[in-house]
Amino acid sequence: MTRTIQQINERIRSGSAVVLTAEEVIDAVKQDGIKTAFKKVDVVTTGTFSPMCSSGAFFNIRQSKEKMKIGGGFATLNHVPAYAGLAAADIYLGATALPDGDPRNGNGRPGKFRYGGAHVIEALVAGRKVTLRAGGYGTDCYPRRERVQEIGLEDTNDAFLFNPRNGYQNYNVAVNPSDKPIYTYMGKLKPKLGNANYCSAGQLSPLFKDPYYRTIGIGTRVFLGGALGYVAWSGTQHNAAVPRRKNGAPVRPAGTLALVGDLKQMDPRWLRAVSFAGYGVTLSLALGVPIPILDEEMLRFAAVTDEEIVAPVVDYSRFYPTGEGEPVLGEVSYAELKSGRIRLKGKTVPTGSFSSYAKAREVARHVKALIESKAFLLTEAQAPLPGARGEQEVRS
Amino acid sequence: MKQVRTVLFFPPESVEEPVTYHLISDHGLRVNILRARIDPGKQGRMVVDLEGDDSQLAAGLNYLERIGVEVKPLTTEIRHMEETCTACTACIPHCPTGALSVDRDDSWAVAFEPEKCILCLSCMEVCIYGAMVLGEE
Ligand code: SF4
Ligand code: SF4
Repeated sequence: MTRTIQQINERIRSGSAVVLTAEEVIDAVKQDGIKTAFKKVDVVTTGTFSPMCSSGAFFNIRQSKEKMKIGGGFATLNHVPAYAGLAAADIYLGATALPDGDPRNGNGRPGKFRYGGAHVIEALVAGRKVTLRAGGYGTDCYPRRERVQEIGLEDTNDAFLFNPRNGYQNYNVAVNPSDKPIYTYMGKLKPKLGNANYCSAGQLSPLFKDPYYRTIGIGTRVFLGGALGYVAWSGTQHNAAVPRRKNGAPVRPAGTLALVGDLKQMDPRWLRAVSFAGYGVTLSLALGVPIPILDEEMLRFAAVTDEEIVAPVVDYSRFYPTGEGEPVLGEVSYAELKSGRIRLKGKTVPTGSFSSYAKAREVARHVKALIESKAFLLTEAQAPLPGARGEQEVRS
Repeated sequence: MKQVRTVLFFPPESVEEPVTYHLISDHGLRVNILRARIDPGKQGRMVVDLEGDDSQLAAGLNYLERIGVEVKPLTTEIRHMEETCTACTACIPHCPTGALSVDRDDSWAVAFEPEKCILCLSCMEVCIYGAMVLGEE
């Protein structure tokens, strides 16, 4: 027996679909076994809440009476520079952009990075205004050369997140075997393997639950930052061709998603600016993807547990920055990471995460509630991600 | 009698000095240690209540200054902003006393017990959400 996405959507519409979170489905499968559980479960919801650096937003700024061409000129929002190489009124603000004059790591490391692009995006989503400063060179059709104005999302025609890379399927565990503390995008790492930082929701994380991208593809509807969003493309650095375990789980960072969603519908509860001491500013986002349980194999994938998925431990004092030395110091399961300590090179190393498991759980529950209230129907992917199981058949 | 609550910062050289003993026996002060973190060879930190009359207090503080202990009034305290905290757990391996802890068995909530905090400020540096803040006591 199998079921289709259309059949699942009909059941959602009629209020009879059975939706479980990726945690609940683990218990259901443990209790009933795959065959029996498959007869019941239609959808499994996943979730993650974590810093996602490759994020940013497009804005189309409503023109004033006398029009101006920002394209080819410049624009800043609360002093944070936006990209102005587009048409007259379109700009792109990256989450990691910093105001000119920010000392970065220059004033004796580590820098504080208190404010950047992500903070501007967060302020706008929270309904606050920011100061737009823009300049253009003036043309016959766009005579205005300068504009300074307080703007909110209501002063834009369009505002949408467009994130080139989110939702990494698995990620490195960062450690520091050197004798000095280091400040990285994986946080502060204490010397001599003083801590190990990881960044994945593990068994709740979307791509861990559809390891071969059988259902998640281009066009898939997702929950992003509090709004409905879509998979726009495979994410940058997407790489399906990594070693995998028998259950399909990649043992290295693998698939990624390029995501898009309407900023005007987003909510600061699910979108937060963050400052990494010594590294920079970025954006934390909620991402939830429902997995349609089309057949027993999809249920087996969706029920994978933290014990069954592993992450590589990487030296961020040497191998990561320089490419020298041992590429992977070891592999640890997410269950070990979540226990609060791992064993590495004969040492017990305490762990910390940047991906919030508590929030990931909230996201999965929220998406479940959206589906149950018929506010979220599932979509068919319009094209597969590179390296997806069955991609060849689809293409030929 | 007067009571002052202060934070004592010990330079590595004076960490092994029996400071509380001298404050008590040489200067007649009552010393109540609220929190302490002292590792041989490293900067130490101690939150204390000192009780005595004005001249005893002045002499005691004078003694501390002489041996290189920095004395700061305890006007600040670390606060955990629960609304801001995402319970990511990034601060957990940096908290030396277990003042920050996480319920791994059930809720995954992060809890803060101020009585265990020694104001090392490590959590402030590593919390990317700004959920650990210095606040007036
Ligand atoms: S690092 Fe900050 S947000 Fe994360 S658990 Fe600690 S206090 Fe909360
Ligand atoms: S200041 Fe923060 S890290 Fe240090 S003891 Fe207190 S809670 Fe723990």
